[in-house]
Amino acid sequence: MVSDEETTADETADEETPAQNVDAEPTVDTDDDRSAAPSAERYGAIVTDVQGSAAPSAGRESVLHTDAEGYLEVASAAQADGFDQLIDLTAVDYLAFAAPRGLPQGHDEERFEVVTALINHESGERIRIRVQVSADEPALPSVFDLWPGSEALEREVFDMFGIEFGDHPDMSRILMPEDWIGFPLRKDYAVGSIPVQFKAASNIR
Amino acid sequence: MTAERVLRRGHDSAVLRLSEAEAAEIGNDPDTPVDDERVLLNMGPSHPSTHGVLRLMLEMEGETVLRSKPVVGYLHTGMEKQAEQLTYLQGPTNVTRMDYAAPLFSELAFSLATEKLLEIEVPERATWIRMLMCELNRMSSHLLFMATNGMDLGAVGMMIYGWREREEVLRFFEMVTGLRMNHNYIRPGGVAADLPDGWEDEVIRLLDITAPRLDEYDVLMTGQPIWRERLQGVGVLNSDEALALSATGPLLRSTGYAWDLRRHEAYLAYDEIDFDVIVGTYGDCYDRYAIRLNEIRESMKIVRQIIDKMPAGDYRVQDKKVTPPPRVRIDESMEALIHHFKIFTEGYKVPVGEAYASVESPRGELGVYIVSDGTSTPYRMHVRGPSFINLQTMPHLMKDGLIADGVAIISSVDPIMGEVDR
Repeated sequence: MVSDEETTADETADEETPAQNVDAEPTVDTDDDRSAAPSAERYGAIVTDVQGSAAPSAGRESVLHTDAEGYLEVASAAQADGFDQLIDLTAVDYLAFAAPRGLPQGHDEERFEVVTALINHESGERIRIRVQVSADEPALPSVFDLWPGSEALEREVFDMFGIEFGDHPDMSRILMPEDWIGFPLRKDYAVGSIPVQFKAASNIR
Repeated sequence: MTAERVLRRGHDSAVLRLSEAEAAEIGNDPDTPVDDERVLLNMGPSHPSTHGVLRLMLEMEGETVLRSKPVVGYLHTGMEKQAEQLTYLQGPTNVTRMDYAAPLFSELAFSLATEKLLEIEVPERATWIRMLMCELNRMSSHLLFMATNGMDLGAVGMMIYGWREREEVLRFFEMVTGLRMNHNYIRPGGVAADLPDGWEDEVIRLLDITAPRLDEYDVLMTGQPIWRERLQGVGVLNSDEALALSATGPLLRSTGYAWDLRRHEAYLAYDEIDFDVIVGTYGDCYDRYAIRLNEIRESMKIVRQIIDKMPAGDYRVQDKKVTPPPRVRIDESMEALIHHFKIFTEGYKVPVGEAYASVESPRGELGVYIVSDGTSTPYRMHVRGPSFINLQTMPHLMKDGLIADGVAIISSVDPIMGEVDR
């Protein structure tokens, strides 16, 4: 993703404005700072289009950028606007990411990013909410009360990345054993560092 | 209709939110009275009706299931982590092992996501071959469901019949891809090989065999009073609840909600095909059974249209960046040999960015989210497994039902544990 060349799409995605126009707009860090141009904002989050999206879904898919504080507000606004189903919720650990991240300029980059995909069945539109989550405090509010289908997905993100979802009904590991130490999908969790349970054969000739 | 019951958090919820450690503590504390009426029962992970290694923690009162918790992870092998080590060319080999009953769909979703990042368009014939193979795969997956659903409910003969018909499809897969399962056939840029000579005859033979046998299923199951008694009104979900729980596929359609990505987000060339989206009415196990049975018929209808419309041309994109040279060129050209070697050892670089592509798998929306950092391996690859997410409906479907109905419900959700645990 090339952030400098990134374009932003407005809600109808009919016209696109270069991201440079948006550079001056404040990011969604504080509640009162939402006065950016409406073409680049939605539910109080900065909107960008999906790069490389194929023709059938073009204009029907957009990306919203926010952070841990703005997340719940963006999510509830999206639900109120007709996004009736949570399709996917996952996370990315950007610890070892060398390339530009494709975030709108001025938007703080954090180590973790939780990606929540929503769908509006009425209009057939999809949005992706990319939430920046800091490494010091890997926590986010849960969207269980909006879409209870997030329960297993949030547990999976907790299990794999150690991001805790506040007010989740059952914040526990789901795929790994309950007493597992470490978070496998983090980039500093090495592949194959698990001690093998087999013992060396005693009768080696 | 309301989704209120799936939003509950406390003891009145259908979901048993109890950890292993807490469960082990029950009855150990002499000061806390034990509820004699309620029993915690483990079903699985190794149980004939749990389709692999699903374990259910059930809170029972007599034979009635109160709360339950699907315990998963027994098949977790870190395939998403593994994907970060494999090149985009090796990617389909990895994802094809997730949903082993419908492997081509995982390959397709992975390839579509990669192609979005590469911004390449696959040739028309490749698109139609993909569609043909996926619809046949939908048939084989649903036939497997017919077999296991029959077996779970006591129609043991059905197991053999379903397997028999599925094998016909797999035989065709073997002819095209070389393997019955885990094909690695759909790859970024197209498919691995063109269809063999005489494939039309083989597919028509397959369809001609299957059609009358589906009618036999109707005699054996659909119209049978015992079959109906076992399934009708069992495991009921309404549309709002299904949407709230992120359920997709036959599970969502059984509630009367017409949503099929082939129709509503027509990928591949589904907009040029005439087919019906099958929906249910009551959202019970019977509807889910009937939807899958009729989806086999729809898939057969689609396959017949594909045979008529199959275009000529390339089966993979002629982009030297992603496509290895033809086998014959390797013998005569050193450059072709180097090119071939480079593609299979280093792979090809994929532009920086992230992409999500989804397809309608037999179990629901199968999505692949790839984040690329410009190298030849994905920086992160996530699979939205419909089995994993649909599993969340299970406690709600089982609540206040009998344990025998629980078997019917597990079967009708049709989870593939390879995809649940990844």
